[in-house]
Order: sequence, then structure tokens, then C-alpha cells
Amino acid sequence: METTHKIRVLIAKPGLDGHDKGAKIVALALRDAGMEVIYSGLHQTLEQIVQTATQEAVDIIGLSIMSGAHLPICKRLITMMKKQGLDDIRLTVGGVIPYQDIPGLKEMGVAAVFPGGTSFEDIITGMNNLFE
Amino acid sequence: MPEIKDILLGNQRAGARMIRLIEEGSPKAFPLLKQLYPHSGNAFIIGITGSPGVGKSTLMDALILEFRKRDKRIAVIAVDPSSPFSGGAILGDRLRMQRHATDEAVFIRSMASRGQTGGLSRATKDTAIVLDAMGYDIILIETVGAGQGEFDIASLAHSTGIVSIPGTGDGIQAVKAGILETGDVFIVNKCDRPGADASVHALTMMIGMRNRGTQLSNPSPKWTPLVLKTKALDGTGVDELADTFLSHFDFLKKNSLTDQTKRTQETLYFKSLLNDLTLEKIRSFMEASPKYDAVLKKIQTHEMDPISAAEHVVNTMIILK
Repeated sequence: METTHKIRVLIAKPGLDGHDKGAKIVALALRDAGMEVIYSGLHQTLEQIVQTATQEAVDIIGLSIMSGAHLPICKRLITMMKKQGLDDIRLTVGGVIPYQDIPGLKEMGVAAVFPGGTSFEDIITGMNNLFE
Repeated sequence: MPEIKDILLGNQRAGARMIRLIEEGSPKAFPLLKQLYPHSGNAFIIGITGSPGVGKSTLMDALILEFRKRDKRIAVIAVDPSSPFSGGAILGDRLRMQRHATDEAVFIRSMASRGQTGGLSRATKDTAIVLDAMGYDIILIETVGAGQGEFDIASLAHSTGIVSIPGTGDGIQAVKAGILETGDVFIVNKCDRPGADASVHALTMMIGMRNRGTQLSNPSPKWTPLVLKTKALDGTGVDELADTFLSHFDFLKKNSLTDQTKRTQETLYFKSLLNDLTLEKIRSFMEASPKYDAVLKKIQTHEMDPISAAEHVVNTMIILK
């Protein structure tokens, strides 16, 4: 049978922040780049995100965080992903992320960070590059 | 690489990876699927179809809740359309079912249609086999928002529910080919809106006419489709809907119709696989031949028209005894 590899991405918003326009627009841009995007909506608990990523067998989790809690959220999520054996899923994060936090996020295992203002092109290239 | 024993134990990670292999058409999928096949055939498969916006996903969410109350393990396949332009997709059905994400007895898999018309994707059937082998009692399949031609679900599901809302179309919409024939249960959702009773009435009348038409030609026991009102958002009518689906399944079992459905499904499945495999084998064989290139060149230089070229290739390269 013909093989078709498509990148599957889970776009999720953890926690209480209710600003999802950015996440939706990024989801559309990724679709237009040929990716399959699972959009799980607002107010996701980390347990929900891990379980969704498991069931959907995604390649990438894209978190959208505007609340300023990106460091503790990513840290806890990475621990939970490891526990669940999701070693092959790349975690990326976008939203309101100060530049000085990027090295810390990378160090804890976040594969790519797309702070506010990153162009769609850079997000798409960045995601594609995760598999090279 | 997923392990068969993990899939059979219902491990979601293993099952999800297996489904991914199927969806990608990986050569690893078939050998695994062959081993899973004998463990399938126990689940009750319910299809939910209907136009975009009638509330299919919300109804799925309410049904999951209702079946969970009855202690059933539920798997969901939710199909959404792929973009014909980019090949990408936004899979958003799951959004309405997310409260079940952490329930270990629920497995939800979103799926893009990937160019398949008919409301499902090519991988849906094989995915249902995996979920069945994983031990889920009920598999709920939500099709792409369907219009008047998306009825593949009827050949895959034991029970097909067709969702509509009040006030859409007059009576004649309901008699059009496909819609009436494939439904086992008709659901008028958002039933708090005006016109719900009129919709129920119109559907009931059409079903009555359909049955008079088929009873003469087919005397075997026949299920009379029911028309139900629901308001998925607050769960109104959903317990009755769950009862109806389950009693339809009982009806099928009691009249040995599940065996018949299975035989029909297996024949269809075999034929569609045969199509795919034959086409692939013959085409790769043809395309590898120098004759193929020569003919292709002749088309490009206008020495041969495409019709004669295709006939020539088939007639000279396939020799059937």
C-alpha cells in the first residue's frame, strides 16, 4: 500500500488562560502546511494533554501558553510524558515566552520554542526540522 | 513498533501506534493486523452521520457518558475532512469529547479523511479491527459532516444513526436515496428548537413508506427504524437513544443478522483490499517496464492518444490465462 507520512500535531492550551485565537491561527497555518492538527481546546489539564497525545499518537505537542506559567507547566509535562513512555513525541511551546526563558525550556527538554511574533514560516520550518 | 500482546491487553499507547502504522500504509501494519483479526468481531459498532453542524460530536460526547454509566468500554473514531489543497487537516471533533480524555475505559482517535469520499478514511475499517481486538465493547464512529453521498458507514457499522435538526428541508429531502435506506435510528437533535415534532413526523412517515416498499420484496424479519428526539448538549433523550442502539444490536443478534452483516462486511473488505493490492502490483509491474516509458513518450510527442496508449499497455502487458 502507498505509504504516506504526515506530521500529526496536538495543539493544546493548558491551564486557565482563555486566549485561544493564537492557537487556532497556528492550527490553521499548520494545516495549510499539510499537517494534521488535533485541536483539543481550552483549559486542558496536563493529564488530558498526555492522554490525548497517547491516544492520537502525535509527533508533536504544541502548547500555547500566555499565563506566564510556561516553566513549571513544561517541566511537569515532560516528567509525565517520560513516565508514560512518550519519548518519541516532541514538545514545543508558543505564546508569551520571554526570550531569557528559552535556554531553560530547552534544557529541560522542550524541543522548540516559538515566542509571540514568530512567523508562521519559522514555526512550520521549526516543526519540520524536528524530524531531520 | 507495537507488540501484539500489548494491543490485546488494551494498552492505549500500543493501540495508538498500531493505528498510526495503518494510517500511513506501513508495510508493518498487515502482518500485525492479521494477528489481531481473529480477536475482533466482538464489539458493537455504531456509526453516527449527518450534515455539518447538527451536533454529531456533542451527541457522541453524550453517548460516551451514557454508555460509561452502563459500564461499557468505549472507543471512538472521529473522522474530519482533509484539505484538498494542502492535504492537512484540523481535527476538532475531539474538542467536544475532551472530558472523557482521562477515563481509561475510553479511547478517542481523530482521523483525517485523506481524500477518501464517502465520509470515512481508508484506515477506518482496519482501525475498528484494532479497537475491537483491544477489547472495547462499543466502537462509536463519527463520519465527516455528510451530505447526500456519505454512506460508507452503513457497511461498516452494525447500527447507523442519522442526525438531523428541526427545520431543515421539506419531506422530500428525507426520501432521497441513501439517507433513508442506511439509517437504523433517526435522531432529531437540538429538539428544543421549533419544528422538532414536524421533523419527527416527516421522518416517521417516510420510514413507513420505505418499509411498505421493502416488505413485499423481502419477507425476512425487518427492523423498523425509530425516530428519536435529543438535545445532546444537556443529554435529553440520550438514555433512550442508547437503549435503542442496544436493542437494535439485540435484534440483529437474535435474528442471526450480525453473522450476515459480518459476512457482507468481510466480502466487501476482501474486495476492496483485492482492488488495492491488484492495482498496486500490476501498476508497479507495468511502470517498471521499458514499454511503459516508450508509450509515455509517444503520448508526449502526440504519436499516440492517451486512450489508445492505455489500451495498448493493458492488452500487450497483461496476459490472462
